[in-house]
Amino acid sequence: MNLPKDLRYSEEHEWVKVEGDKVRIGITDHAQDELGDIVFVELPEEGDQLEEDDPFGSVESVKTVSELYAPISGKVVEVNEELDDSPEFVNESPYEKAWMVVVEPSNSADIEKLMTAEQYQEMIEEDE
Amino acid sequence: MEELKRTPLYPTYQKWGAKVIDFGGWALPVQFTGIKQEHHATRNAVGLFDVSHMGEFIVEGKASKLFLQQLLTNDLDKLEVNKAQYTIMCYPDGGTVDDLIIYQLAEEKYLLVVNAVNTDKDFNWLMEHKPNDVILTNQTDKFVQLAIQGPKAEKVLQKLTDTNLHAIKFFRFAQEVSFSGVKAKALVARTGYTGEDGFEIYIDATSGLAFWQSILTAGQADKIEPIGLGARDTLRFEANLALYGQELSDEITPIEAGLGFAVRTDKSIDFIGKDILEKQKKEGPKRKLVGIEMIEKGIPRHGYPVLIEDEQVGFVTSGTQSPTLNKNVGLVLIDAEYSKEGTIVTIKVRKKQLQAKVVSTPFYKRD
Repeated sequence: MNLPKDLRYSEEHEWVKVEGDKVRIGITDHAQDELGDIVFVELPEEGDQLEEDDPFGSVESVKTVSELYAPISGKVVEVNEELDDSPEFVNESPYEKAWMVVVEPSNSADIEKLMTAEQYQEMIEEDE
Repeated sequence: MEELKRTPLYPTYQKWGAKVIDFGGWALPVQFTGIKQEHHATRNAVGLFDVSHMGEFIVEGKASKLFLQQLLTNDLDKLEVNKAQYTIMCYPDGGTVDDLIIYQLAEEKYLLVVNAVNTDKDFNWLMEHKPNDVILTNQTDKFVQLAIQGPKAEKVLQKLTDTNLHAIKFFRFAQEVSFSGVKAKALVARTGYTGEDGFEIYIDATSGLAFWQSILTAGQADKIEPIGLGARDTLRFEANLALYGQELSDEITPIEAGLGFAVRTDKSIDFIGKDILEKQKKEGPKRKLVGIEMIEKGIPRHGYPVLIEDEQVGFVTSGTQSPTLNKNVGLVLIDAEYSKEGTIVTIKVRKKQLQAKVVSTPFYKRD
C-alpha cells in the first residue's frame, strides 16, 4: 500500500497535498484498489464551492459508484480534465496523474484536522 | 451474522489474488486480477469460473416429465437424453420464480440448475407442487460446477480428456467423462453465461479442487485465468443473458424480458402462468426489455429511472461501461410504446438527467 508521508488523509479515503496556499486532492491507493477498474470520474467545475464532508463528485468502477467527499471546505480553482478521457489514471497513478481538484481552502487550519499517513494506515488496518 | 458458505475451491482463491464478497450467502471472488482484464481474457482466450454456488436438483421418477412440464415454460418434448434446455419457472401471475437450465440425464431423470440466490425458494416451490411419485433432491453441496469459457475453452479442456469434446454441440452434453488427474467423472455441457463458446462442467465436489487445478495448469500456454463474479456479470450483460433479480423477478414475466423463445404456450401440457404469458405473447407485453446507449456522459445502473418528458416510463435493469465496446450501455424495462430502436429517453443518473437512445441487443455477439 503506497501512502506518501507528505500527504494528509481523510476518513473517506481522499488525500490532500498542501501546495503553498492551495491544496491538491485525490483518492488514495487503498481506495482505488478497493474500487477496482475505474471507468468514469465526475468532478465539479472551476469556481464551485466545496463544503467539508459533502459530496463533490463521484468515481465509478465497472461495478459501482462511489461518491467523493470533500476533505475540507474551499473553492475549486483547477480541475483535472484529463480524467475525463483517462479515468484509468486513478488506478495507475492515484497520487500523481489522477489528482482531481485544486482547492483554495476556506480555512487552512482545517488541513491540520486531517490524518497523517500513519493515522490513515491505522484506520484502514482496523477496518480490515 | 450467519457464516458464509464456501465452495470447495475457496482455499485457492487467495493464491490468485481474489477479492472475496458475500454473494447471496456465499463467499465468492468478485475479481482476481481485475474485472476488465478478466473480461477481455474470456473474450479473447479462455477463462475458468467457479460457479459451484449454483443450485443443483435431481428430479426422477415416472411422473417427473409431466410434473416438470406443468412447472416449466419450455417444452420438455424437445428434450432427449444428453440434451439441455434453457427454461423458466413462473408464478400463476406470470412473474418469474427463476430461470434455469434443465438437463435430461436419463429417460426419467433430470438435473435442474438454478440460481444460487433462489435455491431454497425454488426447492420449496417444486416440493409444494410435486406429486408423491416424483423424487426431488437438492444436491447443491454434492457438486462442484466449473465453467470454462472463451475461444480457447475447447482446446484447453481437450488436453485433459480422450472424449471428443468437439462432438458435443451447443446445449448438448456428455456424461461420465474422464479427465486426467481427476478421480470422479464429470458431466460436460456446451453451455455458458458469457456469450462465448465453452463448457459448463459438473463434477463430484470431492474432485473439484483437483479438476480446477488441472484445468488451470492445462490452460497456462493459452493464458487461462480464473474469473470472478464481476466479469461474469459484464460478460453475460453484453451477451444479453438475463440475471435473476435484474432482468427477471417475481414482478417481471419472461415475455416482458424478451424470453418468449423459452415460453412454449403451444406445448401439450398446461403450465403455471400459461394464461397470462400466452396473452402477453399474443397481444405484446405492456413493457419490454430493450438496450440503451448513453448519449450524454454517465453510466446507467440497476434501478435508475427512465423518463420521457419527466414521466417515469421504465427503469434500468442492468448497466455498466461495456468493456468490449467501451460504451456506457444498459438494459431497461420500458413501456412498450417507447421501446422502438432510436427512441430518445432520459436516464436519471442520481441527480442528473442524461439522454440515451434505444439500441438493439445483444451488445456483443461473437463472430
